[in-house]
This record gives sequence, C-alpha cells and structure tokens, in this order.
Amino acid sequence: MNILSPEAHSKSSADGYNFAFLDEGTKRMIRRSILKAVAIPGYQVPFGGREMPLPYGWGTGGIQVTAGIIGPDDTLKVIDQGSDDTTNAVNIRKFFKKTTGVETTEKTVEATLIQTRHRIPETELSEQQILVYQVPIPEPLRWLEPSEAETRKMHALYEYGSMYVRLYEDITKYGHISTSYDYPVIVNERYLMRPSPIPKFDNPKMDNMPALQLFGAGREKRIYAVPPYTKVKSLDFQDYPFEIQKWEQSCSLCGSTDSFLDEVIVDDQGNRMFVCSDSDYCADRVREGTSQVKNNHQDTDVRGQE
Amino acid sequence: MYVAVKGGEKAIENSLDLLATERRGDQEVPELSLKQIQEQLGLAVDRVMTEGSIADRELAALAIKQAQGDIIEAIFLLRAYRTTLSRLGTSEPLETSNMTVRRRISATFKDIPGGQVLGASYDYSHRLLDFDLMDENIKAAKTEMADDAEPLSRPRMPRVADFLGQEGLIEEEKPDQADHEPVDLTREPVLYPTERAVRLQNLARGDEGYLLALGYSTQRGYGRNHPFAGEIRVGEVAVEFTPEELGFPIEIGEITITECDMVNQFAGSAKIPPQFTRGYGLTFGHCERKAMSMALVDRSLRARELGEEPSAPAQDEEFVLSHSDNVEASGFLQHLKLPHYVDFQSELELVRRMRKEFDDNLPEAAE
Amino acid sequence: MDEPILSVTDLKKTYGAIRGCKNISFDIWPGEVLAVVGESGSGKSTVLNCTSARLEPDAGTVRYATRCDGLKNIFDMSEPERRFLMRTDWGFVHQNPRDGLLMDMSAGANIGERLMAIGERNYSKIRDDAGEWLGRVEFDLERIDDLPTRFSGGMQQRVQIARNLVTKPRLVFMDEPTGGLDVSVQARLLDMLRTLVSDLGLAAIIVTHDLVVARLLAHRMIVMRRGEIVESGLTDQILDDPQHPYSQLLVSSILQN
Repeated sequence: MNILSPEAHSKSSADGYNFAFLDEGTKRMIRRSILKAVAIPGYQVPFGGREMPLPYGWGTGGIQVTAGIIGPDDTLKVIDQGSDDTTNAVNIRKFFKKTTGVETTEKTVEATLIQTRHRIPETELSEQQILVYQVPIPEPLRWLEPSEAETRKMHALYEYGSMYVRLYEDITKYGHISTSYDYPVIVNERYLMRPSPIPKFDNPKMDNMPALQLFGAGREKRIYAVPPYTKVKSLDFQDYPFEIQKWEQSCSLCGSTDSFLDEVIVDDQGNRMFVCSDSDYCADRVREGTSQVKNNHQDTDVRGQE
Repeated sequence: MYVAVKGGEKAIENSLDLLATERRGDQEVPELSLKQIQEQLGLAVDRVMTEGSIADRELAALAIKQAQGDIIEAIFLLRAYRTTLSRLGTSEPLETSNMTVRRRISATFKDIPGGQVLGASYDYSHRLLDFDLMDENIKAAKTEMADDAEPLSRPRMPRVADFLGQEGLIEEEKPDQADHEPVDLTREPVLYPTERAVRLQNLARGDEGYLLALGYSTQRGYGRNHPFAGEIRVGEVAVEFTPEELGFPIEIGEITITECDMVNQFAGSAKIPPQFTRGYGLTFGHCERKAMSMALVDRSLRARELGEEPSAPAQDEEFVLSHSDNVEASGFLQHLKLPHYVDFQSELELVRRMRKEFDDNLPEAAE
Repeated sequence: MDEPILSVTDLKKTYGAIRGCKNISFDIWPGEVLAVVGESGSGKSTVLNCTSARLEPDAGTVRYATRCDGLKNIFDMSEPERRFLMRTDWGFVHQNPRDGLLMDMSAGANIGERLMAIGERNYSKIRDDAGEWLGRVEFDLERIDDLPTRFSGGMQQRVQIARNLVTKPRLVFMDEPTGGLDVSVQARLLDMLRTLVSDLGLAAIIVTHDLVVARLLAHRMIVMRRGEIVESGLTDQILDDPQHPYSQLLVSSILQN
C-alpha cells in the first residue's frame, strides 16, 4: 500500500484537498507519534493535533489517526455505539469516502481499518486489522489530579496509588467498584491507561488482541497505543476481581446471550426490549439463523419427497 | 416486530438541505454579499480573523455568511480551512512603532508626543438605539471629513512604554532566550509549564468573552495587578518577509492590527529596583476589548515569574490556557448531543444492581 | 549503629534579604528523637523543610542513610528517588492535619493509600492493616469509613500519624504535632506518640515551640534563635541546666507558667 503514489491522490474525489485531507507532513508527524506510542504501550504521546472539519469532541483524534495511516487499498468501517448507521459514524465514513475514495464496509470481517466510538466489535479481530478508538479524555488520573504537569510526573514515577484509593473507596461505599465504562487498565504491566468510554464489558477484548489498537484524542492532543498481543489488565483487588456486565435477557433479533445489549423502549407503557449493540454482529447472526431455517426446510422437502 | 432504525445518511442529507434553506431565509429579501459583511459588519470580521487565526477579511466574511452569523461557528470554519493552508515561511516581527495610526490613546499621561487620537470609537457614543439606521440610507454624509483626514503616521508617535523604558521605570521586554524560535502552538502540543510566547499565542486565539471575564476578575480582586492602559493603538502595519533567494526583507502587504500595552503593578527584587511590569495584547483588525483583556490575562499569568504567589483563577496557567479555545470548548460541550446510550446502559445496569442490593439488605417489615 | 541516619552540615537558607537559617549542623542517630526548639521566626520550620527535602537550601548538605548506598546527599538524588523516599522511608506529620490528609477520602482510605502505592492489592488486607494502625493511634474503629471532615482536630491528627507510620518509616519529621489542639487532647496524643516512637524505634526530628513536648518526646534538643543554633545537647541537661542566656530565658518562662 503506497500511500504516496499518484493513484492515491487521484483516488481522492474532493477537489483541492490532499488524500485524507491532511498534508503529507502532518501525516508523517502523526505516524511518528503512533510509532512512539506503539513502542511505549499505554503511554500518552503528545502530538501536534490539527483543526479538522468536524468539531473537537466528535472524533477528530480518531480521524487524524485514521487519516495518518489510511491508504488507497484499505477497507474502512466506522461505528458509533456499535452501529454503522448512527449519524456520527455515517458522517465520518462520508468524510473519508470524500477525501480518500477508499472502499467502505459495514462487515467487520471485511474491514482492514475500523474506527470506533464507545464499543469494540463483538467479532474477534485479526492481525491484519487496526482498531482506532475515539478518545474524549485520555488521562486516567484527570479526575483525581487536574494538573497535567502533575499527572505526567505520576505516570513517569509509576505513582498510581491514588487510582487504587478511588477504587477502595467505591468498595467501602457501595460494595463494588462503581465504574462501568472507560474502566482504567494497566497496559503491559506498566502504564495506567483509559480505554475510552467503552463499557467495561469490552475490556477483556483488549487483552492479547491480535489487532493493533490505536487511540486518538484530538482536543487533548494525545495518541496512545496497545500493540498486538499485549497484556491489558483492568484494575481490581485480589478479593474484588474485575467483572463484566451480564443481562438476563437475550437479543430480541438474533437471540445472542453473550453480546452487549442496547435497551429500547417500545411503547408508552415503558415496555422494553433488548437488542445487540453491534449491528453487524447481530445482522450476521440473523442471516445465519435464516439460512439455518432454510436448510432445515430443504431437508424436510427432500425427506417429504421420499 | 422491532426493526433497527436505519437511514442516518439520508437524514443528514436532508438536514444539510434544510440548513441551506434556513441560511438563505426569505427569498424576497436580497442575499447578503461578502462585501456588505466586510464593510458593514467589520468588527465581526475582525473578531473572526483574530480567533480564526487568518488575516483575510474576505474569508472571514464568507465564514460569517456560511455560519449565519454564529461567530464561533465562523471561527471554526476558518480554523479548519487554516489546517489545509501550506506554509511559505514566517514574516519578520511586526514593527508597530511604524504603524499608520488610526487611533491611539494612553491613560497614563495627559498628553504624549503625537497626541491622543480618538479615531473611530464607540467609547464616547451614547448607547441609544439610532432608529435612523433602520432604513438603508446611511448617506455618504460625512465624506468631506473622510477626505480631509490624513494618515497619521506623520507626527512622531513613539510608544509610551519606550519613554518609561528610557528612565528604566518599566521592565524591558526580552525574549526568554535570544536565539530560541518561539514554538508554534498550532503545530506542536502545549506542555505545561509553558513559556510566555506560547501563552500569548493561546490568548490571541482565545475566546474574547472568556478573556474578558478573566480580565474583569483580576480587576475585582481575584489576583489584582493594578493595571493602567499604557497605550492602545489601532492602525496599519507593514508585513515584511525575507525570501531565501533575496536575503533581505521585502514588504508583502499591510494588515490592520490593535495593540495594547498595559502598565501594571511594580515589582522589584534584591538585585533589581522596583519597576512597572507589563501585559501585552494583540489582535487582527480593530478588537480593543480583546486586546485589553488579553493584556490583563497575560500579566496575570506572569505571576510566578514576577514573584507573586498564584492564588486566583486568572493566575492559574493550566486552567486559563486549557479552556480559552472556543472551538475546542464548543466541540466538547456540544458532543454531549452525540449518542451515549451504551455508556448510559452500563450505568443503568449498575444503578439497578445497587438498588436491588439496597432493597435486599433492608430489614424485614414487622408483620 | 555507627552511622547517623541523618547528617546535616552547614545548612543555610535565605529568603531574599530575610535570613531563614545558617550554620546549621547536627546528626540524628537511628531510634533517636531530636527536638528543634525556638520561638516563631527562629528558623526552625526552615530547618525542618530543608532537611525533609521540601525546600532546597542555598548551601550545606543533608545526608540520609539510604538502605542500599549509605549516607547520600538528598539533594544529589534524582526526583524519583526523593519522592520514593518520602513515600516509604520517611514520614511527615504536618501541624495542620488537613495538610497531610486526603480530606475527601475515608480514614481507612487515607491509611491504605500508602500501602496501595507500594503494590498492596488485597482490599481486606488493606482494610485490616488500616484498622490495626488506627487502633494503635487510639482511633475509634467504628469510624474507619468516615471522612476526616467530620473528625475533631485530635482525631484528624491521629489519622495523619497512622497514615505516616503504615509503611514503617525509619525517620519521621514532625511540625508542631500537637500545636492547635486542646491541652487535654495534647497530653494524650503526646503520650501515645511517645509510646509509638519508642515501640517502633523511630528516629524523629520534631519542631516545637513547646518545651514540654521536647521534654516528653526528645532525647536531644537544639535551641534556635534568629536562624542559628545557640545551644544543643541532651534534652534533660538543657532543660535542667541551660547554658546559653536565651535558653535560660526560654526555660525560665515555662517555670513561671
């Protein structure tokens, strides 16, 4: 994938703009930051983030990371809340289509590059894929210590006691740790990291993932990374181990009992149903289910004819 | 049966069409021209240039038109455009002493060489709605005055700070390190603690309302530094650039700027006798309120280097500089409109579980 | 032990034209308590802050007996080294307990923080350890989950002391540990401190204007006036038979009271 080839530029359909919007110098700067991030798993690398045509807080970090690495041969998937069709995912996908002309897809297995907000796909990712997370607040110690100068020191000196104190207090007050999303983790047994506001349900997927995980915070101007097959451990106590969410219900569309479910209110009486958050995963299961049923019918027909 | 909602793409397309219609408004009314905005809403244009960080009146006018007058949205448009502009190089520092002055005042002396020049200002206008402006007939009534007015660079207008400097009464403005190029904060991330050059860039691009409030807070006692308006000048300055091939500077044009020098509380130490200290403000176009606010906050953020113990919000460098950018602030604030239902679902599950545990632990009601 | 645990040589610190302290030299031996006594403005707080690395002196050295490298000048150490020392080997008890506590975390969490900072990851064990130390400072265990904002000054001080002792420091710095407390509370606290310090074999340097505190807690004492040491020696000796006119003045003033 030669990002600088003439084909790369001609593929872009937005006149007057470089491939993927950013100039090559900026992309190089982003890639250098990414390399540094990969070399120090979980460490927040400051980078010269640019103003983008989408607002800060709406994915500019993820967009810059994607723009820095996307090539004409990539296939891009963009999701928000697990779905390809939420308005912001649609908007970001449109942006990349306009500025790169690359193939886009809703199927996780077909994507080489996946940009996500707030979820990790249910389908396991491969070594050939890169997952780019949109991050609002990169600093895990931010709520304990507002000063950036001080939190940088705490990371450098491995001073994470105050984070554990917060968890201790939760257990004292509520009987469990009360963080349910953006749950802090230790990466590669060294750096404390925020995984972005994914539900804690998704944390285990980060551990030893075959795909490269990149995290972009545009407004705060930080990039960090978890290389493939890296240890990612959610914070907990030995006697209060980390637990993921569970539902009593299963998905009303596909019947799944082990995916993250969205709650939908269906009528004025407040009746609810639960549906897979990952729209592609759900659609796949529904397809499989339908073809299963078709196969059964065919067998019956054959038998019926005998 | 429930079917997952689809059609986000179509919804967005329709939304943008509707936006274009609302932007145009009543078709019977003549469309705004960029020229009208540049000429008759000049102060809005000046603010958008300053906070958008591009000195181009036409582009700023376009942004204002496209944003339907939402100034922060217009600033955002300019900033995003700026990202795509290629850099030719850096100009020479602007020589503001050679300004073609349109307005120049000082509160520190009754009279100064070159005089106090009021220029066009709202300062002494009575804030009474002028119903004559309701009709489109702003006559060219005062053209005679305009013709008589001559460029005011002829009388010598040395800067007030320079007289005080001659007596050694005011601190000298020196760069932190003589051979050190200032860091461009649009290219490099800001790390704390910062140097003054980075702070000034941040403040120049910062939201006027925010800086106004912070500057005001210092006047009300939250980190008082006794400011006097040493000099405020508005006018045109030449922009000079040294092309590599030539090796000497050439003038490539001129821009209008507003510059403010605040004279503040004197400080001294064992080695240096007491001197007045300074705050500095600079904007594109005519933005006095912004230049003055910037100067107050600049001085306030120099607290530590001047031996003052920072105690007020306007003296807290990280606080002030992290929240001054209205494009960042607006984006993050408004991102709350994006779906957050997955995280909300996680919280729901937790709260339900804790409530259940609470109920389970309640003592049995007496029968 | 043939090495002092802390050795201060020719310490000097000025604040512009104002002299903080000068010509300060003394040693503290393991398990020994030294009182630094003087009126306000004597420079005793400056000495405490310099020797505990909170302030950098203008001249002189402060050498601490590190576990691995022997006596080392604390200002030659890297910041990580110093910060680590301050969290483990050393304790610092502030005069105002609010300065030494996390006011928005429970008493248990305050004690547990240091344990968690050095890697303790078992909630029950942390809580038990916290409880044990709170017990030793005579704190009501029923209140282990309460926030310090709801404690009396004496209780807050007990929590601060426990918080400092939980990592079994070898040297503790104390700044008027009972100043600002009720006289009756002071007496009980002093008694508890004396027992603890002796039981744990702690070395300590205690700044106080109160000779009674010095008499109760300290083996040795230095008297400071206008930034300099005017007399030093065994506490009992100085209090019973002060040599320097200023020490005599100080001692006689308590007798009159």
